[in-house]
Amino acid sequence: MAGFHIVVCGGMVPDPLQSLEPVVGPDGPALKNEAMLPMVLDPWAAHSLYEAAHLAAHAPGSKVWLVSLGPKARLQQLMMSIAQKVSFELVALDGAAGGFSDAYEIARALAEAIEGIPDLDRTRLLLFGGCASAARDAGVTMSMVAERLGLTEQFLGVDMLETDGDRLRIKERVEGGRYRISECDAPPAMLAWATGTLPIPPNNPQLGMQNMRSIMPALARAKSIPLGSGDVAFGAVERPVQRRETRVVKDMPPEDIAREIVAWMREG
Amino acid sequence: MERVLLLAHVESSGEIGKTTREAAQGAAEIARGLGAELVVGLIGARAETQAGTLGVDAAAFLAVSGDEFDEARYASDAAASTALVKASEATVVIAGATSRLSRALPGVAQRVDGRITTHVTGAEVDGGQLSIERWYYRQRMKATLTSPRRPWFVIFAPGIYGPAPASDEAVTCRAIGVPAAGPWRTRVIGEDAGSSEGQTIRPDATLLFVAGAGWTKKQGDGASHVPEAAELIRGFLDRSQASLGSSKSLVDQSSEGGDVIPFMTHLNQVGQTGATPRHPKGLSTCCHGEEPHVVGWRFVTERRAVNLDANCGWARGKADVVYVADAFEVMKRVNELLG
Repeated sequence: MAGFHIVVCGGMVPDPLQSLEPVVGPDGPALKNEAMLPMVLDPWAAHSLYEAAHLAAHAPGSKVWLVSLGPKARLQQLMMSIAQKVSFELVALDGAAGGFSDAYEIARALAEAIEGIPDLDRTRLLLFGGCASAARDAGVTMSMVAERLGLTEQFLGVDMLETDGDRLRIKERVEGGRYRISECDAPPAMLAWATGTLPIPPNNPQLGMQNMRSIMPALARAKSIPLGSGDVAFGAVERPVQRRETRVVKDMPPEDIAREIVAWMREG
Repeated sequence: MERVLLLAHVESSGEIGKTTREAAQGAAEIARGLGAELVVGLIGARAETQAGTLGVDAAAFLAVSGDEFDEARYASDAAASTALVKASEATVVIAGATSRLSRALPGVAQRVDGRITTHVTGAEVDGGQLSIERWYYRQRMKATLTSPRRPWFVIFAPGIYGPAPASDEAVTCRAIGVPAAGPWRTRVIGEDAGSSEGQTIRPDATLLFVAGAGWTKKQGDGASHVPEAAELIRGFLDRSQASLGSSKSLVDQSSEGGDVIPFMTHLNQVGQTGATPRHPKGLSTCCHGEEPHVVGWRFVTERRAVNLDANCGWARGKADVVYVADAFEVMKRVNELLG
């Protein structure tokens, strides 16, 4: 077996603990103080990166690339931590990382970047990414990238991939908390991951140093990508005001709480 | 002049699913608002036999049929959908967010050089223009938007419209061929439950019951009681038929080697990197109610929480009622009352 050529697409999103507020910018909606918000690798894309590294480690001859689009300076900050997790080669694209940009344009930029990777064997390609971003949360970009690359075997919401030689056995999330199990004869294929099964790898500073040797030149080469809202015309973008008047119940015996909860469950 | 296509598939049971019936209702209302013709496009083994059961008044019914289109496989679903979109000459394509079409339609939009908007939670037609509502940043902000690009694929989240009424009307269905169908490189083997201990996720349940990591922490006696927690939660789910949700920290324990509740998986996770289920009521237990988790409760209407911390996130305007109490004690008695 020749190993897999695994290309992971992963952008950056605001740290989930941050408060987010929309503003109207010159190019459409944006986040207030977006340039100041701490950013993380998009969580589901991060899971796909860990799965890619795990697969590569168990399939000799495999290699992992991470294709990431974001403001170059922010990408550099982000890579300082991601580089310590797993081994990969970065393909950087310099552009806005916001959730209001057009998935169609992003897919085009990502696909063109992948087509430009030297030594990428498209017959061995496994295209990985998250099943949706924590920004746009649309679940469409990976499929569009795959279509542009001519990949007709696509899987969405993947939690498990097993390989037997070239053969891929895949579990995808479907309705009602169930999995669909499929078998694909061989790469190329696109897998948009959900959580997967692996823990977040611990930081490895040595690995980080090693990765950064190729990451810095990749950042220097990052092509500038102009992005906007595309064909979408936004109306209002607002944060919901949904603060509830919470009744905090203290010193009520468990029996009485239970009675109240059961009565509430049976209402309506 | 707009032309609206309702794109749908037959479930493996041979019937039309609830999410599709809801989208059918939405498509009918949007077509009416736009003064547009509605066309129905169905995919399935014998799709033509199900077209009449949709209960919508359509100008035409199209079907891609055949055993190979019974399987939920991207390549065949995308090929069939593309054929239906082209045959219908639709300018607006509406579908329900089933796992099959959520996976297939972004690629189809790419193939026909259209645009797609997913997770749509509302639609309005004003002055002949369709605008839709969806959420960004995982339910943190809501936007209304429109697109002049055609065809525009609009994928509705479940629960936005009431389902179109079932019908037994006989309709004439035009068979649509799929060019260059197969051979398919992917084979669907089957389905399995996310948990070895049976179904715990029930999308149609009235109540969402969420367990947080507190269930596995040391309790007042200085020891953790994970088996007892599992028994209490399982007992509650069996009695109430509630759907089980989880905080991220609890499901992460399984991959981090900690004590786990055996029937809890990442599929149960609610929040930023989990699900955003729709239930009329939600009960949170042993969960702090931090923002990344609570964004997953956006579509849970009535919310109550049981937590030992009176200052937890739930108490800060995120729940209607917070009971400051030991969830072990409370749920034990809830189970007794439920019998």
